[in-house]
Amino acid sequence: MSTTLLLIQLLNGLQLGVLLFLIAAGLTLVFGVMGFINLAHGVQYMIGAYLVVWFYGLTGHFMIALVLAMAVALALGLLLEAFVFSRLYDRDHLDQVLATFGVILFVNQGVKVLWGPTPLTIPAPEILAGTFQLTENLQYPVWRIAIIAIGAAVALLLWFLVTRTRLGMLVRAGASNAEMVGALGVNIRRLFMVVFGFGAMLAGFAGAIAAPIYSVEPGMGDDLLITAFVVIAIGGIGSIRGAFIAALLVGLVDTLGRSAVTDILKLFLEPSAANQIGPALASMAVYVLMAAVLFFRPAGLFPARGAA
Amino acid sequence: MKNLLISSAAALALLAAPAMAAETLKIGMVVTLSGPPGALGNQARDGFQLAMEELDGKIGGMETELILEDDELKADVAQSKARSLVERDDVDFVVGTIFSNMLQAIYKPVISSDTFLISPNAGPSTFAGRNCNPDFFVTSYQNNQNFEVLGKIANEKGYKRVFMLAPNYQAGKDSMAGFKQNYEGEIADEVFTPLGHKDFSAEIARISDSEADALFIFMPGGMGVRFVKQFSASGLADKMAFLSAFTVDETTLPAQKDDAVGMNGATNWAPDLDNEQTKAFVAAFEEKYGYIPGGYAMQAYDTAMLIDSAVSKAGGVEDRDAVRAALKEADFQSLRGDFSFNNNHYPVQDFYLLEVVKRDDGKYHTSIIEKVYDDYADSYAEQCEMGG
Repeated sequence: MSTTLLLIQLLNGLQLGVLLFLIAAGLTLVFGVMGFINLAHGVQYMIGAYLVVWFYGLTGHFMIALVLAMAVALALGLLLEAFVFSRLYDRDHLDQVLATFGVILFVNQGVKVLWGPTPLTIPAPEILAGTFQLTENLQYPVWRIAIIAIGAAVALLLWFLVTRTRLGMLVRAGASNAEMVGALGVNIRRLFMVVFGFGAMLAGFAGAIAAPIYSVEPGMGDDLLITAFVVIAIGGIGSIRGAFIAALLVGLVDTLGRSAVTDILKLFLEPSAANQIGPALASMAVYVLMAAVLFFRPAGLFPARGAA
Repeated sequence: MKNLLISSAAALALLAAPAMAAETLKIGMVVTLSGPPGALGNQARDGFQLAMEELDGKIGGMETELILEDDELKADVAQSKARSLVERDDVDFVVGTIFSNMLQAIYKPVISSDTFLISPNAGPSTFAGRNCNPDFFVTSYQNNQNFEVLGKIANEKGYKRVFMLAPNYQAGKDSMAGFKQNYEGEIADEVFTPLGHKDFSAEIARISDSEADALFIFMPGGMGVRFVKQFSASGLADKMAFLSAFTVDETTLPAQKDDAVGMNGATNWAPDLDNEQTKAFVAAFEEKYGYIPGGYAMQAYDTAMLIDSAVSKAGGVEDRDAVRAALKEADFQSLRGDFSFNNNHYPVQDFYLLEVVKRDDGKYHTSIIEKVYDDYADSYAEQCEMGG
């Protein structure tokens, strides 16, 4: 593998990692603070993507569409919280898994009814739509770089919110011991709602900025959700810092693994055999990483302090 | 006891029914209608129903009942629906499927019940050679043919080094084997991605690094949409040839739009094939359904017309041998022009090099550039022992 190829794969890995982080941030807080397993979090990602395509069709302007999509994703997240999820906090995890899985089926079918089963696409915003020349025969889309920058900015913002504000303090306290925070007179239900809505909006935001790269189709969030769970397990449940580092780690391992594993196998296997085995092994790489991390640190890399 | 009497009477009534039932022709259709791949099945359904409408609802002059079933792209669902079609509904023909693995699932229940099975799209090698069957017909192609055609195109265009990309499942592996059967140049690399792959950035980086002068690609459905978009964004589309099958077609173009314009494919038909029946078909189809028909719709339309010709000729469906012989003759006006069945009941037909174009009204479709093969037969037919 040449150095340019390696550089590109690093960029691709970072970009995937940033998207994973935006999804995992909400997921880890919801899981950490509320102990609530929300399989339907990937649905928010899909909703964000569909909304941005829809608003883009109406307004013809990507940035306006993005803002509108985030607002509606937030509203939908809060609605789901109020009408469905809030009833599940006191139930056990199996009930939560079943109910939120039902939400996935319902919403996936819903977008199919509204927008049809065929994939939709949306162009990147005009100023960021170009490519820049990386090497003589290789261009790299500016939008992917923009995603990395946006993701890093959101991560900084989140870090500030969580470590430097009163709300963030309550969230951290909630992740460590929700009952104690409630006993101290904090309205824990409202805190849950804020965290949930914010997480839903972040996932919607991830879907919206990913829409110009991937195709927008029913069920698009489901695969990423599984990887996002891997991220929060590696990072430590309830930890934003852990989610950030784990997301970048997973993004890099997944992307580099996909190109490197087959090449490495080719050194000591027939090319055709390497081509057969390589992709299978590469898709296992992130799970191997998770197993390794959990073996040495069962609570993840950065567990929320004092959490049981 | 009374119930038993009633049900016996009902059973007797059913036994007496065939004389009556001969008046209606029953056709069961098993295609994928739900999920993102449902776009393909929807085309097939619309194509078939358009043909029925043009025949005033009478296929072969008989009042026709079409029973539509969605296989949901699940083998067990496909099998149970096919079984209920032949056992409960007692259909005369089963038309299906879109995907080859679904065909494998419905093949046995349909064929073993002495019902004709006609595939409007799936054409696996499994039933083309030694396991060919007198009651099984394919109106599309043998799956490998599109890829073999691409291999020939690569030779003719003088591409020296080709990069190959396909999803990691049976059809993906078959696609590469089909291409390599004809292609004589050097292969830069063969890369398999997981099925349903989202981000092709790693693969695209490898392609750009490979110094290949053409890309061979098989990425059906949503994968094709994502790949074409990312490939076009990488700027590679201007630098190398794009040889594809089932990657840019009328089901994916509404999403790929400008990104796909100029990309090449190979198959047996395009909406601008120069003959009267295709012009009339495309116009009527767009008028009724509001989108441009692709090969899936065309093949389903041809399937309906094939059944129409056979049932008319045999004067009904009572005499199965006569129907079978009439099907084999394929005495109908195919949208493709030349069309006949080989001894294995797979088509012998022309294949074309296609290119994606944008029409004046802003819609996209594939367009014929040149004929690559005249009356091309598949390579499994000689293993089939049915007589020509």
